[in-house]
Amino acid sequence: MDRRSAVRTLCVATGSALVGRKLNAQEADAPAAAGEPMAILVDTTVCGGCRECEFACAAANGLPEPPEEVDFQETRTTSESQWTVVNRYQTDAGEVFVRRQCMHCLRPACASACLTRAMYKTPEGPVVWREDKCMGCRFCMISCPFDVPKFEYDSANPRILKCRMCWERLEQGEVPACVANCPYEAVTFGPRSEMIELAWKRIYENPDAYVHHVYGEHEAGGTSWLYLAAVPFEELGFRTDLGTTPYPDLTREFLYAVPFVLTMVPPFLLALNRASANREPDESEE
Amino acid sequence: MERDPVAAESRRTAPSPSIVLRELGRFVRFMLGEMRPRGRLLTPFNVLTGAIVLVTIGLLVIRFTHGLGSITNLSQDSPWGLWIGFDVITGVAFAGGAYVLSFIVYVLGQERYRPIARVTILNGFLAYVFYAGALLLDLGRPWKVVNPIIGNSFGVSSVMFLVAWHFLLYMIAEFVEFSPTIAEWAGWPRLRRRLHALTLGAVVFGITLSILHQSGLGALFLMARDKIHPLWYSQFIPILFFVSSIFAGLSMVIFEGTITHKVFHERVGDRLEQTYPDILTGLARICAATMFVYLFLQLLVFVHGQRWTYMRTGWGAWYLLEMAGLVALPIALFLHGHVRRNLAVIRAAAILTLAGIVLNRLNVSVIAYKWYAPVPYVPSWQEVVVTLGVISAEIWVFRWIVNRMPVLDRALPSPAPRARGRAVPAPATR
Ligand code: SF4
Ligand code: SF4
Repeated sequence: MDRRSAVRTLCVATGSALVGRKLNAQEADAPAAAGEPMAILVDTTVCGGCRECEFACAAANGLPEPPEEVDFQETRTTSESQWTVVNRYQTDAGEVFVRRQCMHCLRPACASACLTRAMYKTPEGPVVWREDKCMGCRFCMISCPFDVPKFEYDSANPRILKCRMCWERLEQGEVPACVANCPYEAVTFGPRSEMIELAWKRIYENPDAYVHHVYGEHEAGGTSWLYLAAVPFEELGFRTDLGTTPYPDLTREFLYAVPFVLTMVPPFLLALNRASANREPDESEE
Repeated sequence: MERDPVAAESRRTAPSPSIVLRELGRFVRFMLGEMRPRGRLLTPFNVLTGAIVLVTIGLLVIRFTHGLGSITNLSQDSPWGLWIGFDVITGVAFAGGAYVLSFIVYVLGQERYRPIARVTILNGFLAYVFYAGALLLDLGRPWKVVNPIIGNSFGVSSVMFLVAWHFLLYMIAEFVEFSPTIAEWAGWPRLRRRLHALTLGAVVFGITLSILHQSGLGALFLMARDKIHPLWYSQFIPILFFVSSIFAGLSMVIFEGTITHKVFHERVGDRLEQTYPDILTGLARICAATMFVYLFLQLLVFVHGQRWTYMRTGWGAWYLLEMAGLVALPIALFLHGHVRRNLAVIRAAAILTLAGIVLNRLNVSVIAYKWYAPVPYVPSWQEVVVTLGVISAEIWVFRWIVNRMPVLDRALPSPAPRARGRAVPAPATR
């Protein structure tokens, strides 16, 4: 136990040190570096439910090892100590295994909600959390339509934890740990447009095997995690009522109104003050 | 308490460093005198609130050493609970009276309401300090709270960023609005005149900020579109929050005035005493009018969102309770009280209205948020106690100020304040 937590601390420490350095460089030249975001395509018709990704994720991120056996009876959710989970669904097409984690939205609600820019959308695609900035308001949790960010309620120095698409590994030219360790090759990693092409290629080449929808292509404005399935997505625990508007757009109008109110209201109030016949008598004369 | 007439004289000339120093020394002695409690210490109220505050301090020690989960029922499904939903979001709505009243008195020049302007602004200021301040208790990493204020972490696309800044700026504006009273109390007439000259500016700035952050608190939930029950979610939440903050604030003024006038009876000046019924009936009318607008807006939203489909469920009944019982009914009561000049009815209406606001804010932020969650959030007793502790602490500070500064007795002629402190009998601790 002790050793594990020591390893975990070490991983996180080196991780955040790395991230911190890289990020500062990134932020400076972000527009120039903004190329195509990377994406991961999950083909749930291929996934065998071995949960290797859960173990790979834990190992790569210094998380406690997931339970050896799960009976798949109840639907599990991700947690602060488990950033990806595999669930089983009984459908018309038989057993379907679906892994869930942060969707790494193209226009993430969490990042636009964050008032300290601790939640940060990297140009490469991953959405990462930066410890040195976060003040723990949990507004990202309120805003994320997929309920992904998790908070350490039992810590005096709590963090927001979630899948980071192995950003440190991407920086070193590697693929995410779960992708590298999937024995079924159910997950494919690459530039997002190529992943979308690949998804539709599979649908067209095998039209009977898939519903004709790539979950994540447009959901919530598009995500970097894309899913293929043989049955409608609502049967697999996906929310299909999220729409295609990027979530930050929901607050855009309000935020646009702010400068107007700030500039228009004060002169209006002053004019009103002048105009009101009953002028304020100087209090000091009372 | 000592106030030196010589020192007051010398202040008429330009202050030199030595005078400032002497004045400071005088102020420190004055302050020490004022810090002493007056009257009986062991009243039932003091014992009760004292115990609550002590327990609160203990609980907060646990909270900051063992994490939020140690004393709250917050979870991954309900990241915001009582402290945000009630203390911050409802508390700030209740504090809206300050900006509404300063609009009526300082911008529109409605002199009728001037006697309650100071106490309302004081209340608003303290509400922000304590209830918006309660946000700090809820932050997981409060030591990073300066990040969005100074440094390079400006999340300008965040509604929370806007709200945080506005809280801060508004507290400053409120303090400036209240500062002439402090200067009067401390016996600094020159400073008082300077500060008074700033009032209109602070008022205008404060109203603008209030419009933005009252609605901003609603805008926080815009991105939770798919988590809040459709009876409470709409893209118009910011407007609804803003409009309801007007009558929420004024109802609080009515409610708080009722208590203040009982408890601080001897501090209430003649002018306020005489005109108070007029003030209340006037406020009742404003409340009724703004509530009517609010109800109308809610109706538009209801139709726009085709909400009738949900009315057959339990949530529909809950919604109806809020809208009919705690908005429509108080409108009728306010109108009745206004026409008949029945203060008791007006007070009842104010209390119902406040309950409606509590319900509305909690519905949006806590109760109807993730209404489909398997385990609904119910606050722990510790969360309730800490909330009561924050309220108790605020009342103590309020009482201390009202008993010392010219907050309620505005009508006293200028020379009088010198003798005021001693003339007052002291029935209980202040
Ligand atoms: S799924 Fe949630 S946490 Fe992940 S990027 Fe999107 S909004 Fe952020
Ligand atoms: S909890 Fe942290 S990461 Fe989430 S919105 Fe607040 S400051 Fe940003």
